Order: sequence, then structure tokens, then C-alpha cells
Amino acid sequence: MIEVRNLSKSFGGHPVLDDVSFRIENGESVAIIGRSGGGKSVLLKHLIGLLQPDAGDVLIDGESIVAMDERQLLRVRRKFGMVFQGAALFDSMTVAENVAFGLRRHEHLTEAEIAGRVAGVLDVVGLAGTQDKKPAELSGGMRKRAGLARAVIYEPQIVLYDEPTTGLDPIVSDSIDKLMVQVRDRFKVTTVVVTHDMRTAQRVGQRVLMLHEGRMYANSPADVFFGSTDPVVRQFIDGVADAKEFLI
Amino acid sequence: MFDFYASKRISTALTELGQCALLARDAAASLFKWRVAWKDLLYQVYFIGVKSQSVVLITGAFTGMVFGWQTYVQFHKVKMDTATLAVVGVAVCDELGPVLTALMVAGRVGAAMAAEIGTMRVTEQIDALRTLATHPVDYLVVPRIAAGQIALPLLTIESICFGIGASFTVCVYLLGVDPSFLWNNMLRFTHDVDVVIGVSKAFIFGGIIALVGCHKGLTCGLGAEGVGRATTEAVVYACITILITDFFLTMLQSILLRQL
Repeated sequence: MIEVRNLSKSFGGHPVLDDVSFRIENGESVAIIGRSGGGKSVLLKHLIGLLQPDAGDVLIDGESIVAMDERQLLRVRRKFGMVFQGAALFDSMTVAENVAFGLRRHEHLTEAEIAGRVAGVLDVVGLAGTQDKKPAELSGGMRKRAGLARAVIYEPQIVLYDEPTTGLDPIVSDSIDKLMVQVRDRFKVTTVVVTHDMRTAQRVGQRVLMLHEGRMYANSPADVFFGSTDPVVRQFIDGVADAKEFLI
Repeated sequence: MFDFYASKRISTALTELGQCALLARDAAASLFKWRVAWKDLLYQVYFIGVKSQSVVLITGAFTGMVFGWQTYVQFHKVKMDTATLAVVGVAVCDELGPVLTALMVAGRVGAAMAAEIGTMRVTEQIDALRTLATHPVDYLVVPRIAAGQIALPLLTIESICFGIGASFTVCVYLLGVDPSFLWNNMLRFTHDVDVVIGVSKAFIFGGIIALVGCHKGLTCGLGAEGVGRATTEAVVYACITILITDFFLTMLQSILLRQL
């Protein structure tokens, strides 16, 4: 269970998150949406302790991670898998070495067992046979899939996705959406997706949280959210620019 | 205005020094708790040691040759030709070997470390390491510092041998000095303690190069400009730190080791 209490964060005096609170239950699938630069990725990084808040608290399974130092956080992070916007694959390693990284560091398995697990998870994400390729040889969509394989191979309880479909064409985006749903259902993981792609939010999120001007503007089930008549929500869902933004 | 600029520079320098000290402390704690990535340590020893061979050998050999020639020119005036290699031996073991090797390795390896880790930082690979429950100090910093402290003494010994050998060759075959007296005088005036001084300096310089390179990479600014600046600063700061540390080490070693 993830609980965020009154979280605030600013950079260089500019507030990015202002008194944000919410709760995500085990096994739930939540989409966090909001405008570019609206603090979605900053919020996601707070959930796994990559950033420290100026005020407020983050609790993972009832345990506050805000006061933890980097070494204490390592224990909590074993519950998480994270897929980065740019995949963040280690470019000096092959796909297989990237995917096996967590297993090699934290589990005592034989090379044969590791190779078997890697082949299995690569098969799930549709990258069978790419074990020996370097990240530079992969397309954007393939890199995201490899990042997802690396995040789920050690079967974490929670998977965080940071803009998983940004920069991908609609067909590849569709395949990544389906993959996230498949991973959620197969591994029974809590899923948190940060996105500004409405189709991804609708498909993956059972609940939608919307950040607006640094605050939590909406927190409702997906069907309620997408049926909302609130002008701010509607404007975001329909992708309509303000008149003054149109002039820019 | 000048006071503000100067105080800002001093404050930045002290902050960086403090960050380096904290990084060194974390790395030492990690090393003593055996959290090291051994496979990566071996690779780093190969990267620093084996791949620096040509740079170190050329530096060592030509420094020995130049120093031997210039010493001969001065000593020849007072008929002390056969003492040339003794001076070269002491100078190369105590100073030229460790310092020049460290400066060359700082240029090659310090820059590479800052660029590699800096690129990992700007492409979120270090954040990815952390999400995979791996401490960047255990995985990136400790193997590099340990490898620097293993490889640089070995490179320094190699550089010393090539420096003395090249100087001997120049003195005997180009300047016509008697080889037996030349060699015996070198052995008579170059002692074990000179080699110990050189190797112990190299051990410390190896740590400095890796520590500065890793620190600059881990704290580099965003984008290509940030990585570029970190790379340049890693080389400049490592070289300056080596030269300043060398003075204090020389002073300390003179007091401690020369009395033994």
C-alpha cells in the first residue's frame, strides 16, 4: 500500500507539488495525469525515494520512507520495479545483462536459472531472442519493453511507469498499454502510471489522479473521471488549448 | 563585487571538498563491508592498468631519457659522468615516476570515469541503479577507487623501470658512459625506501584520480554541456590535487621514512 500525506516540493523557489495527498491500495492500478512539467514524474520519484520532499510524508506498507537514508531505502526499493521514460537501460550491457541485473545483485541463482528467467520475461514482453543485443541496437519501443522486463523480472509488488508511451507511435503505444495490463494481471502487481496520454490512462488506470498547478485536482475511478463535466478535467481530456496559449 | 566573487568561489571549493570527503567515507565503509562488485573491479583494473600501458611507458621512457641527458651534461663538467644514473634513479623513484604516471592516468582515466558516470546520471541510469536496490557508491565508485589503488602502483613501478632503463641506454649508447660504474652507482644511491616512497605515493594518487572522476560524474550538470564540464574539471582538479598532495606526502615521507 502506498500512502502520500501532504507532500510538497519546490525547485529553486518554484512550487511543483503543493500539499498532495492520496492512497493506493495493494493490487490497484492508478494513472497519474497532468500537463507537461506539472510534477507527475517528480511525484513518482518521491514514491520510490529518488527525491526527498520539502514537507509531507510517503508511506510504503505503513512505513515512512522520508526519513530513511539511501542504504535503508535499498530494502524498501526491492518492493518496486520502475520503468523510466527513456528506459534508462545500462548502455554498457547487453539486453540479457540489463534484465538480469536485479537477479544477479540480490538473488543467489545459477547462471542457467538466470538465463531461464531472462528468456521467460523477454518472451512475455515480446523480445525473445534479443538477449545479446546492446540497447543502442533497439528501437524506442523495444527499449521500453526491455526496461519493463528488467523492472518485473524479480516480481516486485509495485511497478511504476514514467511516461511509458511518450515518443512512441500509436501502434507501439498500444502494444505497450496492452503489455502493462498483461503484466498487471499476470504478476498481480500494484501499478502506478504517470502519463499525459489519455488512451494509456483509460486503458491501464482503474483510478485516475489528476495534478493541476501542483495540487491534486481530481482523484476518482476511471469511468467517473472520463465522464466528468468539470471544465479543467474536460479541457485536459479533450486536449483543448486556452485562448492565450493558442496565441503563443 | 570582487569579495562576493571570491567568497562564492571559496564556498564552492569547500563544498566540493566536503562532498569528496563524504564520498571517500562512503566508499571506505562499503569496501570494508565487502559490498564491492568484484567483476567490475577486475574490469576497472584492466581498464586503468592494461589500457594505460602505452601512455605510461612512453612517458616513463622519455622522461628518463631527457632527465638522463640533462643530468649528464651538468655532471660531465665536473667529471661525475658515472653518477648520472644514480640521480635519475632517485628522482624517478621518488618523484617523476609516481607524479608523471598519475598525471597521465588522470588525463586518460579520470576524464573517462567522469564522462561515463556523468552520462549515466543525465540518462537516468544512476536512478535506475537505485530503483534496482543498488547503491551507486557500491557499484560505481568503490570498484574504480580500488582499481585505481591497485593499478597505479603497478604502472608506476613499470614507469620507473622503463625510465631508468631508457636513461641507462642513452648514457651508455649515445653519451659513452661506462655501464658498470653507471649501474653500480645507481644501485649504491637508490635505496628500497625510494621505491617504497614512489609506490605509496602512487597508491594515494590512484585513489585521488578515481575519487575526483567519480565525484565529478555523480554531481555533473544536466545535458551534454554538464558532462563536458565535469570531464574537464575531473582532469584539472585531479592534476592539481595530485601536485598539492605530492608536496605534503614528500614532507611527511621525509620525516617518517628517511629516518628508518
